[in-house]
Amino acid sequence: MEITKELAVKLLKQMMEIRQFEDMIMELLAKNIAEGGSHLYAGMEAVAVGAISVINPDDYITSTHRGHGHAIAKDGDLKALMAEILGKKTGVCKGKGGSLHLADLSKGNLGANGIVGGGLGIATGAGLSIKLQKQKKVVLCFFGDGATNNGIFFECLNMASLWKLPVVYICENNKYAMSVSVERSHAVKDITKKALAFDIPAENVDGQDVLAVREVVGKWVNYAREGNGPSFVVANTYRYYGHSRSDPRVYRTREEEKFWRERDPIIIFSNKMKEQNILTEEEINAIEEEVKKEIEEAVEFAINSPYPEPEELYTDLYV
Amino acid sequence: MRIITYRQALNEALDEEMARDERVFLFGEDIAIYGGAYGVTAGLWQKYGDQRVIDTPISENAIVGTALGAALTGLRPVAEIMYIDFIGLCMDQLNNQVAKIRYMFGGKCTVPLVIRTEGGAGRTLGAHHSQSLEAWLIHIPGIKVVMPSTPYDAKGLLKTSIRDDNPVVFIEHKMLYNTKGPVPEEEYLIPIGVADVKKEGKDVTIVTYSRMVLFSLEAAEILEKEGISVEVIDLRTLVPMDIETVVKSVKKTNRVVIVEEDCKTGGVGAEIGMQIIENGFDYLDAPIVRVAGADVPMPKSPVLEKLAIPDVERICKAVRSILS
Repeated sequence: MEITKELAVKLLKQMMEIRQFEDMIMELLAKNIAEGGSHLYAGMEAVAVGAISVINPDDYITSTHRGHGHAIAKDGDLKALMAEILGKKTGVCKGKGGSLHLADLSKGNLGANGIVGGGLGIATGAGLSIKLQKQKKVVLCFFGDGATNNGIFFECLNMASLWKLPVVYICENNKYAMSVSVERSHAVKDITKKALAFDIPAENVDGQDVLAVREVVGKWVNYAREGNGPSFVVANTYRYYGHSRSDPRVYRTREEEKFWRERDPIIIFSNKMKEQNILTEEEINAIEEEVKKEIEEAVEFAINSPYPEPEELYTDLYV
Repeated sequence: MRIITYRQALNEALDEEMARDERVFLFGEDIAIYGGAYGVTAGLWQKYGDQRVIDTPISENAIVGTALGAALTGLRPVAEIMYIDFIGLCMDQLNNQVAKIRYMFGGKCTVPLVIRTEGGAGRTLGAHHSQSLEAWLIHIPGIKVVMPSTPYDAKGLLKTSIRDDNPVVFIEHKMLYNTKGPVPEEEYLIPIGVADVKKEGKDVTIVTYSRMVLFSLEAAEILEKEGISVEVIDLRTLVPMDIETVVKSVKKTNRVVIVEEDCKTGGVGAEIGMQIIENGFDYLDAPIVRVAGADVPMPKSPVLEKLAIPDVERICKAVRSILS
């Protein structure tokens, strides 16, 4: 697939934004500037960035409890996202949602979700809505390997296949549902088989390769847009940090972590762009510096933003 | 005024709102060809077709979840959960997604979604088809809960619910579908959150809703002959609850009997009673009395089923006791 410089910059920059955003949140958590928990997307950047790069601004996504990456890739405002994670008034959800509920309907992001599998119903319903309104939009529904053991997963895949809904289901298989590995919790280890049972075409993709993700998801997005119905992609990937802040990662080895760190999506893509003479080392470093500045600005904005007023407690519940 | 059934009134409400707004569609189990387990959607599939009246698989959680997705993206779904007993299967979507999403997103979305369901005992269907689970629902901020008792209210409140930009759980009663009452030919709406004084009285206030309104009115008639003047208030909607109308009545009667079909412990009556105490304790001359469902799974036997929910005699007794 031909890749322009403009696209290369966009993909690399977004992946770096996510990485640095997540690293920064880890730092803020350690310093107790960020309270509560956060599930970090570092290591998985190529999935969200690759997949979302092939859809239009008015297409929809649903995200997961590990949703910062999707929100950034769906044109999320770094400042508003960071402020939301700190519970500030200037947050994208006015400080009422937080890390687990980042959403921006104006950009087609139907939200992260605190319940595993929580986005499947919404995504499938958005697909139904697109079909009933005879629109040409598509939905990317992100979820983890763990969600495919949840009842609503099966209910939704059945409906989507039955009614040929324009939804690309993207399973981010990062090998662990919190601490329990796919090996220890899935009767069927190749998750694509679950979709095949519903006559939904399914395939695995290397989730560390942003261009591979683009190619595979792009194909199924076109398939959905042409009215052929849902599809299912398993992006094989890995999260660098633990499940959440308090996770000591006793269920996986440091060797395994090292193996995956060597398959870093940002490094893989950077090297490829250098080899193909699309980006130079200097250009890549410049992008990284630019992102660093953006993240610093976002943190400054978030920290300096006010908390919601007390009277906000009862607003936004009913129309 | 013409007389029609509760079922027909609901059917008309759906029909009129579908004709009025093409974003409204019906979604649920056996609602299309079959016309709904209790016949409420009969004829609408024939009239509006597959795109507006959609039979779903038996997937309650996904019915509510996908209805939410549709509501967030430009449509106004009216989903049906055949029996309220099945609401456990979709409680995650209802509680964690539907009710909370607007708030969690800082008010940046609306959820114009109605979930129609029906509850209550009376058909000897046993423990999985006879429950009154409204107390579960009123405990969830973010949804409205409507429980009409008459054909007139059923139609007016369903139409309002469909036009509401908030999620509404609309609970019908299986024993009311064949009841009849006056319903005007011309269009009307009933606001959500306004109780209805069904009968004025001065000695005791009965606060009730859904089918128990009918039992309470019967009791009031019997008591009237004994010289006891009973005021009967039909709450019509549990969330928001019109406690003002109730307290106004208590000011006058100073005595309250709450009649509810759901299980007594942690039931809707507990909430009504407490709100009366918080808002009108000084007007009370006697402790509030509850006539409620027994704290048991609904038994099959017709004899036991009758004992498990309030009846007219028990309501009369409660009213007499509060006056003695």
